[in-house]
Amino acid sequence: MTARRLAHGGIIERSRPLSFRFDGMDLSGFAGDTVASALMANDVALVGRSFKLHRPRGFFGAGHEDGVMVSRLSPRAATNQLATVTPLEKDATYVSVSTWPNARHDIGAAAQWFSRLLPAGFYYKTFMLPNWHLFEPFIRGAAGLGRVPDPAWEPVSESRFGDCDVLVVGAGPAGLGAALTAARSGASVMLVDDGEAPGGRLVLDGLDDGGWASRTVAELETLPYVRLLRRATVWGYHEHNLLTVIERRPVDAPDLDLRNWKIRARQVVIAAGAHERPIPFVDGDRPGVMLASAARSFLHRHGVLAGEHAVLFANNDSARGAALDLAGAGAAVTLVDIRPDPGGMAAAALAQSGVTLIAGGCVLRAVGAKRVEAVEMRHADGRLATLPCDLVAVSGGWNPAFHLASQTREAKSVWHHELATFVASHGEGRFRLAGAARGVFEAGACARDGMEAGQAVLRAIGRKAPAIDLPGPDDPFAARSVAPLWFVPPRRRRDKVFVDLSGDVTTADLELALREGYDSIELVKRYTTAGMGVDQGKSGNVNVIGIVGALTGQATELVGTTTFRPPFVPVEFGAIAGARHKARLYPWRHTPLADWHLARGAVMYEAGLRWQRPGFYPLPGEDGAAAAGREARAVRNGVGVYDGTPLGKFQLKGPDVGKLLDLVYISDFGKVAVGRGKYGVMMSDDGLIMDDGVAFRLAEDRWLLHSSTGAADRVHAHLEQIVQVHRPDWQVSVIPVTTQWANATLCGPCARDVLVALKPDFDASRTALPFMGMAEGHLGAIPVRVFRVSWTGELSFELNTPARHAAALWEMVMAAGAPFGITPVGSEANHILRVEAGYISTGHEVDGTADPHDLGLGALVSATKPDFLGKRAMAMRRQRDPVRFELVGLLPSDPERFLPEGAPLTPGGDKVDQEGFVSACVRSVTLDRVIALGLLRAGRSRIGETVHARIRNDIVPLRVVAPVFHDADRARVRS
Amino acid sequence: MLQISCPWCGLRPEGEFVCLGEAVPPRPDPAALTAGEWASSLANRANIRGLHAERWWHVRSCGRILTIWRDTVSHAIVPAPASMAAPKATP
Amino acid sequence: MQRFSFLSLARNALSHHEGWHRAWRSPPLQDAYDVVIVGAGGHGLSTAYHLAKEHGVTNVAVIEKGWLGGGNTARNTHTIRANFLRDVSIRFHDVSVKLYEQLSRELNYNILFSQRSMIDLIQSWGKLRDLRRRSLAMALHGPAYDLISVDEVRRRIPAMGDLAGVRLPPLAGMAHPDAAMARHDAVAWSYARAADARGVEIHQHTEVTGFVRDARGRVTGVETSRGTVRAGQVALATAGNTSHVAAKAGLSLPLVTRNLQAFVSEPIKPIIDVIVNCPDVGLYVMQSDKGELVIGGGTDPIPSYRQGCHVATFEDVVASLVELFPRFKALRMLRQWGGAIEFAYDASPIISKTDVEGLLVSTGWYGGFKSIPVGGLTYAHLIATGAPHPLAEAFGLDRFTGLRFLLEAGTVAQR
Repeated sequence: MTARRLAHGGIIERSRPLSFRFDGMDLSGFAGDTVASALMANDVALVGRSFKLHRPRGFFGAGHEDGVMVSRLSPRAATNQLATVTPLEKDATYVSVSTWPNARHDIGAAAQWFSRLLPAGFYYKTFMLPNWHLFEPFIRGAAGLGRVPDPAWEPVSESRFGDCDVLVVGAGPAGLGAALTAARSGASVMLVDDGEAPGGRLVLDGLDDGGWASRTVAELETLPYVRLLRRATVWGYHEHNLLTVIERRPVDAPDLDLRNWKIRARQVVIAAGAHERPIPFVDGDRPGVMLASAARSFLHRHGVLAGEHAVLFANNDSARGAALDLAGAGAAVTLVDIRPDPGGMAAAALAQSGVTLIAGGCVLRAVGAKRVEAVEMRHADGRLATLPCDLVAVSGGWNPAFHLASQTREAKSVWHHELATFVASHGEGRFRLAGAARGVFEAGACARDGMEAGQAVLRAIGRKAPAIDLPGPDDPFAARSVAPLWFVPPRRRRDKVFVDLSGDVTTADLELALREGYDSIELVKRYTTAGMGVDQGKSGNVNVIGIVGALTGQATELVGTTTFRPPFVPVEFGAIAGARHKARLYPWRHTPLADWHLARGAVMYEAGLRWQRPGFYPLPGEDGAAAAGREARAVRNGVGVYDGTPLGKFQLKGPDVGKLLDLVYISDFGKVAVGRGKYGVMMSDDGLIMDDGVAFRLAEDRWLLHSSTGAADRVHAHLEQIVQVHRPDWQVSVIPVTTQWANATLCGPCARDVLVALKPDFDASRTALPFMGMAEGHLGAIPVRVFRVSWTGELSFELNTPARHAAALWEMVMAAGAPFGITPVGSEANHILRVEAGYISTGHEVDGTADPHDLGLGALVSATKPDFLGKRAMAMRRQRDPVRFELVGLLPSDPERFLPEGAPLTPGGDKVDQEGFVSACVRSVTLDRVIALGLLRAGRSRIGETVHARIRNDIVPLRVVAPVFHDADRARVRS
Repeated sequence: MLQISCPWCGLRPEGEFVCLGEAVPPRPDPAALTAGEWASSLANRANIRGLHAERWWHVRSCGRILTIWRDTVSHAIVPAPASMAAPKATP
Repeated sequence: MQRFSFLSLARNALSHHEGWHRAWRSPPLQDAYDVVIVGAGGHGLSTAYHLAKEHGVTNVAVIEKGWLGGGNTARNTHTIRANFLRDVSIRFHDVSVKLYEQLSRELNYNILFSQRSMIDLIQSWGKLRDLRRRSLAMALHGPAYDLISVDEVRRRIPAMGDLAGVRLPPLAGMAHPDAAMARHDAVAWSYARAADARGVEIHQHTEVTGFVRDARGRVTGVETSRGTVRAGQVALATAGNTSHVAAKAGLSLPLVTRNLQAFVSEPIKPIIDVIVNCPDVGLYVMQSDKGELVIGGGTDPIPSYRQGCHVATFEDVVASLVELFPRFKALRMLRQWGGAIEFAYDASPIISKTDVEGLLVSTGWYGGFKSIPVGGLTYAHLIATGAPHPLAEAFGLDRFTGLRFLLEAGTVAQR
């Protein structure tokens, strides 16, 4: 009694034998085998152990309805490879998962002795005392399937877009019918099939279609705008007809392991077939018990006969085809059909092939532990009998695979009484179901159904639908009507009838769930874990629903289905990520000066919105603090230059720009003269500071608005919404020019000297170019626009030039500044300089909770404007909560004591709610000590007080001072 | 992934746009509302479960802001309903 | 309520588990109750339990349009933590963590509460600043949230690949030892069983279709798909759908509903011990007791009740995952889903009376699973006494009328 490879048959390459190892056994198969078919050909029936009870398991399905995983140790180590779909590889070493030492002798089998203590949900009732943590490691260690190897195979993956007029899911008879119809009309078609070769059931069941399928495929391959994908499964159907497909070992790209498609289709035909379901009976999970379609598939796809003495157990006609196939391959076959009426023609055909038909019989139990040896059955007249066998092939009906339709949320599950299963009902959307996916099971009828679906989708997109040839009828044993038998009740209470193999869920578990009140189908599923395993209930879910209906006396349709979610089959993460990693994952934005900075040894920081800016330029032996201190001192004492390119910049044009600025800023902007700039604080309408920056009036109706680097996108959206939605009556255009202008900002007492040394063709004197003034012209040959703004508390000129001139400008500046000791300055030094000067920064003082008054900018708030964004909200809030968190300076009593930015201030330094926090802390180069800025409740009225920061167990006293430490009168800035 | 019909550019994929959310009415005149009404107008949203008007910004193409009617349950985008008054909620 | 224990499990095993009783009754729907709670999710059931336990209010009906716990409670990624920025939020969530620590014992139902630390990877200087501020604020109130080195990060998450090659290499990490996971369905079930044992009625498959109002506009009951039910007070616990339900009482709220998606891998042997969170790139990953990797990211960027999967967000999350964990490239996703997160203008919770007398709301849960115990405790207090619980005073709706937003930095607020 063995399973074996037949001398002929199967779509395998008998000229290419492959040796492999499984659980220590040296075996061999052929190219074209899956791991499962190769094992079966070697009569390895016991290939794994079940999840909870470690019961011996073999192959149950021949595709994704199965759940047996293996780990491939080499080549390309990977785990959780589904044996029924994983191709066999030369010299590969496979092991079973979650077994020790191997599947044949597994120590975990001891769990079976305790199975009475392990019903569904047992863990909810125990393991509470003393603590779940004590038991958890054991449970976690026992759970899980395979172990992720290290190093692990990293599949080479690609993600690709596609689009077509018609996407056809499945290349069985229905899919081929639909695809050919659509393709002949001239529409662009993608036909997606998960097999090695198209044909679906025609191949898997070895049906003779007179060559129709191969002719159809041949024609499709020649038609323009038709693409056939093999080894590809549609796994997701998303909104607006976007479908995702996983293609494995793409035929057109041998260097790729995986390709994930995102395909936009105008119309879709879902011809995804159907999944066979079993009739659960006692111990029906034994190795050697499988779906009838699986036995057929192994036979026709791989030339493997799953057993020599087969018992078929069925409630529908499709098993008869399996019976004939197995008998034709040399097995001794007995077909136990629960239906009492054998049907004339079928009985004759069966008898002629030597198949024994037992009508009205019922299999009760599989005998044998590590392999089925016999079944106990009951005849129609009640007699009991035992039938020796090494293969039990079960067919309890077929479940149309309409999962994808369900994912669209446009299809409902509806009970089909005659087929005793669920089908999908949907309106005239952008898809059709066809063939077995629609509940049509006879091959010829499927092809016709596919053709009609193809015609319907063509009509929907306005194309004429041609006729096609259809294969002749040849499928007498399609499952037309099903006499539902949800399960064979056990005779003894301790017997187990499995309804979900992946989770070891039995009918007793379902009864328990219902008994305890977990009675809607979703609760049954979640409590018992039925349908939550690796097969996601493909063969078990409908049985579970039927059983629940039977146990509760509810009609099956009222029990309902659980939700279908993507993916239809499991999909590798690597495929979804495609080639996105590193640079393609988060592209940096570099200024045109990046090469110069890096060559100078700059340590680059992210400045916001993925801009890279120098943090500091360390000299040999310097750390960040030392470099930043040196750069800051250079600015205070001489001159520095920094790359301010990432700042947001927007050109605003139109007669109403002044109105826009008056609306978005707290200050009056209408009166700003041409050639002058003004600092603006921008609030959102809820009265909290959003951003700040300087806006310059370039001409009567042309302005340049600056935002902070990180808020540029937000400010852009803000301005556009005002201009397009709220005030469409204003004539304003907003043009983001952030990347068009680069800037090199000179700062320090010698800044003007450097500017003059650059030979400007405009007057750069103090009177001609005052603070908040601007000039346009050239430095040498380079066009520049100079803004006199300062963030550093020093004389400062922002030299803006079109980005293509940036590098040349910078070189010129460094050369002209050399006699003055010009130093490149990074953002760390900038931070020191601005804190000393008392300027606020978004992200530090502006954390989304402060208004301008809080930050000491009350003087900037317009007293005359009747309205601007945030005005009313700010007033409302301040009236309700007059005590505010206000910007102050903080000096630690210990002048060297550094405070982490964000350190909370609490009354007395106690562990209580905060009365403020430290927003910035630096070592001042002018005061040669640590200084800080912070927000403190009623801070402005507490100048001179000592407050406390609480940093874990340390209490740090701080003196409250005015929030400015350098150039308080702005004399340097205005010099 | 949605496909959004931009009146200027045609049917384009979602990635070219930024969703600006529920189409709130244009900013009212603060002087015309009470404090309570002003606070509500700032923070409250209809948050419709069903068909609602929504603004999208075609930032990676024409830069225009457009209004569509989209069902927040099914994500279907439909022409503006004849009565623009009250969007329907899906039960 | 039958006692759950190893002994009772063993005893019942002898009779093939045929002696277990229903975890909760399915009683007929009465005409009137003192309190009607709309929504039998974690918060609704926890509220009912605390009403009965702390306040002796047992004439309560929890009315649920679908199946028990079938809303966001069934869809979240079951993370429990207390690392917040604002003092009130830290204290609130810390109480929730402490309640969770005892919950299995208190409710006699193992929720598989598993405290195993959350490790935040810090991948930008700005985030370091934010999280350090958070860490120091938390140190004021108790829960630990401490800076750890990159080496320590690597030691706690050995499954990560070579960090040098990562686009945003971690600069440091933050460890929150109190963070935990639990079986989300079991949390709903345990509260349901305990509340039912104290006399609370749970009515599933009963949809609230409207409100009954008296002449002054006060809510005096609900219309349901199974008839009218009068109530002394009606408390909404319909997170995800609060705007929709509250609109039936003419109430408008500062809420937006967005999809938050998540997905799991096939089960694998233990490989990740902690809850890994990467706020800079929008990714978190942990491993369930069943062995599945549970993975998610940030919310989808559009208003949505679809509870589906936004392809672009999903791809971003997966790309970040395999960049950090290249050895997961060959692992497969088994299932993906979404939940409808309804969050407030300032991304902080709302536990409050409303302008409509007799109607209360508990909503705005930007991650409501972690706060089920304390949310129920404080909501019950408000319902029973009419005054907010001290822990939840800051979460009233009145903060919006005063524009006193309780902003959590680093969360997605609507503004």
